[in-house]
Formats: sequence, C-alpha cells, structure tokens
Amino acid sequence: MVQLVLKQINSIGESLISLVNGLGDFTLFVSRTIFWTFKPPYRVKLLFDQIYFMGNKSIFIIFLTSVFTGAVFAMQIYLGIKAINPDSFIGPIVTIALAKELAPVLSGLVVAGRCGAAMAAQIGSMKVTEQIDALEVMGINGYQYLAVPRILGAMISMPLLSAIFLLVGYTGAWLIATKVLMIDPTLYTQKISDFMNLGMVVEGLIKAAVFGYLIGVIGTYQGFNVTGGAEGVGKGTNMAVVWGMITVLVIDYFLTTFLAQIL
Amino acid sequence: MSEYSVEFKNVSKKFGESTILHDLNFGIHEGKITTILGFSGAGKTTLMKHILGLVKPTTGEVIVKGTTINELGELPLREFRRNFGMVFQYAALFDFLTSFENVAFPLREFTKLSEKEIQDKVLGLLESVGINREAAYKLPSELSGGMRKRVGLARGLALDPHIMLYDEPTSGLDPITTHMVYDLMKETHLRNISRGFSSIIISHDIHATIKYSDYIVFMEKGRVVEHLDTESFKRSENPVIRRFLEL
Ligand SMILES: Nc1ncnc2c1ncn2[C@@H]1O[C@H](COP(=O)(O)OP(=O)(O)OP(=O)(O)O)[C@@H](O)[C@H]1O
Ligand SMILES: [Mg+2]
Repeated sequence: MVQLVLKQINSIGESLISLVNGLGDFTLFVSRTIFWTFKPPYRVKLLFDQIYFMGNKSIFIIFLTSVFTGAVFAMQIYLGIKAINPDSFIGPIVTIALAKELAPVLSGLVVAGRCGAAMAAQIGSMKVTEQIDALEVMGINGYQYLAVPRILGAMISMPLLSAIFLLVGYTGAWLIATKVLMIDPTLYTQKISDFMNLGMVVEGLIKAAVFGYLIGVIGTYQGFNVTGGAEGVGKGTNMAVVWGMITVLVIDYFLTTFLAQIL
Repeated sequence: MSEYSVEFKNVSKKFGESTILHDLNFGIHEGKITTILGFSGAGKTTLMKHILGLVKPTTGEVIVKGTTINELGELPLREFRRNFGMVFQYAALFDFLTSFENVAFPLREFTKLSEKEIQDKVLGLLESVGINREAAYKLPSELSGGMRKRVGLARGLALDPHIMLYDEPTSGLDPITTHMVYDLMKETHLRNISRGFSSIIISHDIHATIKYSDYIVFMEKGRVVEHLDTESFKRSENPVIRRFLEL
C-alpha cells in the first residue's frame, strides 16, 4: 500500500518535473526569439514570403468558413428569437459576435491547423536533415532565420485574415438576413451602427494578432524540438496543431476579460 | 602559433546519462588532411560538432586556431564560424532552394558581390564539382544522393574557409564518384594550403583514407584509439585497426 502511494507520488513528481522542464525550454525559446527579432539583419523578404505563404494557405478556408458562419449565425439568431421581433437585433448581434469573437477565434483555429502545422513540419524536417546545423555553421542563427519571420508573419497575417473573415462573414449574414429572411436592408445596417463601435473591431484585431503570435511561437517551437527522423516531424506537427488550437481557445477567455477592462 | 589548427584538451561529452566522448586529448595538424576513422556510432559526428561549436563539451576545452571555442559567446562564435566550411553527411542542402541558390546562399549572406559575380562564382564552383547547368536549377529533392553531396561540397567551399570539414563525404556514392570527390577534396586542399588550410574528413572508407590522408585519428566508442601519420598507421599493431585494414 505504502509502496503504491509512493509510486503514485513519484510519478506525479516526474510529470511535474517534465512539465517544469518543458515550460523552462519554452520560455527560453520565447526569449531567444524575442532577442533575435530585434537583432539585425532584419529579414524583411523572408517576412513577406511568410505572410504570403500563410495567406495563400488559409484564405480559401477562411472564405468558406466565414461565409457559412455568418449565414448560419444569422439564421440561428432569427430562429432563436423569432418571438420578440428579431429584425432589429440580427444585424448587431451577428456583427458584434463576428467582430469580437468569431472572426479572430475561428481564423485562429484555421491558421493553427494550416500554418502552425506547416511551421512545425518545415522547421522539423530541416532539423532532422541537419539543415539548421548548416545554417548555424554559416553563422546564421536558426531562430532569426526560421522562427522570427514565421512568428511575425503570423502576427501580421492573423489580423488581415480575421478582417477578411469579418467582412465575408458580414456579407454572408447580410445576404441571409435581407434576401432569405427579408429584413429591410436599411434597418439592418442602421441597427448595426446604433449598437456597434470601432472599438469592437479593434478588439477582434488585437485578439487576432495575439493569437497569431502564439500560433507562431508554438509552431516554430515544436519544429525546433523535433527529434528522431520523419516520425518525430509528424509528432511535432501534430503537437503544433493541438497546442495551437487549445491555446487560442483558452487565451481567448483571458484576453476577452482583459480587453473588456482596457477598451 | 601552434602546429595544430584544432586541439582537444580533456574533452568529454555526455548526452543525458550516456558518455559519447571520453576524455579526448589530441591535436589536428594545420595544413594537413586528417581523417577521423571509426565505426558507426563511435562519436565522429559529435566530435566534428565540437570543432564547430555546435555542441559544447561537458568538460574540457576545444581550441581552434588559438581560440577556445567553447568559451566564445553567441555572437563571436557566429563570427568565428566563417573560418569553417562544412559538408554534411546527408548534404543538408536547403530543400526550398535550387542547387544554384544553395551555393549562392553564403555568398549572398556574407559578401557584397554583384549578381553577375555571384553567378560566375557559383557556376564555376558547381562546374568544378561536376554539376551541369541543368542540375544547377533543380531542387535538392530532384537530385540523386551523389549530386546533392557535390552541391554540398560546392556550398561549403563558397566562402574560401580555412578549415574544411567533411562528414562522410562519399558515403552512398559509387566508386568512381567517390574518387572524384576525394580528388576534389585533395585539389581543394592543395590549392589553399598556402594560407594554412586544414581538411578534416570523417570516413569509414579505409582505402581512400590511406590513399589521401596525411594523418589518421582512429576512434572507437568515444575514445581516440590511435592518432598517427598515415605511414605509421598502416603498420599499427592495434588489433581493431588491423581488422579494419584487412577489410
Ligand atoms: N544530440 C544527441 N543526443 C543524444 N545522443 C546523441 C546525440 N547526438 C549523438 N548522440 C549519440 O552519440 C553517439 C555517437 O553519435 P555520432 O553521430 O557522433 O556517431 P558517428 O560516429 O558519427 O556515427 P555514424 O558513422 O553512424 O555517423 C550515438 O550513439 C548517438 O546516438
Ligand atoms: Mg556521423
């Protein structure tokens, strides 16, 4: 019995140690990437390459997700509050939800799945084939060359993609509201401007940038920590997606609370 | 100035619990071709990574051209690495760049050469390792293993390094290409010898090693078993080396 309890305590201890070690590694990685972000040479071309790559990789899915999210959401709200004359509410409810939550969070999930995974896969395979060592031998820092453009790229792409999400989602909702639910278009837009302000859009964009940063840091960290061949690359890619998505969802809560206080 | 370009002083390396290098003490002669010979897993690549400062010893010091490299800070170390050219075991070409761009990479990063000068230098380097124009504009994934090695060699030579390191430059190559690569390494060595150029080759090809090296370091299980000039090596009485020689 005592043996069993001791064994339990032991294994809890071990998991704690490995968690703390992992966090330590991650913190070290984050501080290194921050250091190398501000160190010249600034690799502007690599940054633009990454922004282009990420946009290219996710824009189609963002379009698809956003137009249907907008449309379905408008429909659901209509059905949900049919009893209390919903015409004046659908526009503001849908648009506010899109701007503050749906656009940044769903874009975040898409980007974590598409780009976070790609970061881990690209960097991970460079790691196992000694390409990162090759960079280092030439005196080029792997964090600066590979991680920084991806992290900054995600930080810049995410607000752009989130803005597109908002715009397209808004259009989807507007189409359903005015063409299917036959709400008066003037009333629809009038109510939105009654209830909404620019701060709400800004809040969503700030969230998107923070999510982008986190997805970038997690994806590149997983890439740099790949060990042991192709299998390791697969594992790292998987971890990047899982942790990227979880982080977006969890941080969203705290960010919402925090931004509510300062905006 | 020391007669050695690289010196190991009491160098040990542990990865976790396992000791990969055991108390190494030896020097690599400047201006010579030295081959590090040993079975798979002997610690040859790890040794080479110590020379480059990619891996730091658990104890001891690694001295390269009079500088204790394991004590250098991050930025001076980077600066210092320009002394080295390196050809990796599996070439380690950047998979997102063509052969041409791979060789041009260090030139674009570290020189102020014009596009025309880069073009000339890169094509010259590629030609000297037997890569034609067509292959120059292909991605590494479209090349054979041997061609990748040769592109890796051209890339390693691009910045006229002082110490050239080769990690099994001929593994996986056919015998004719193997000789071509060895000839190329020798040629490169002789061409640069006046500026104190050293070549360090990791290999398990005993015959080519004996033919081309000035000095041979024999490693087994993380220890240096013998470090001799090639003539003495051939006469070594060490049973493991005798077995290797009789292959
Ligand atoms: N980063 C590392 N972490 C843990 N163990 C390592 C690491 N790098 C190398 N090793 C171990 O060190 C030992 C020596 O590896 P090394 O690559 O230096 O051998 P080698 O002589 O180059 O072999 P080969 O001829 O197969 O290339 C191996 O057992 C390897 O598993
Ligand atoms: Mg090796």
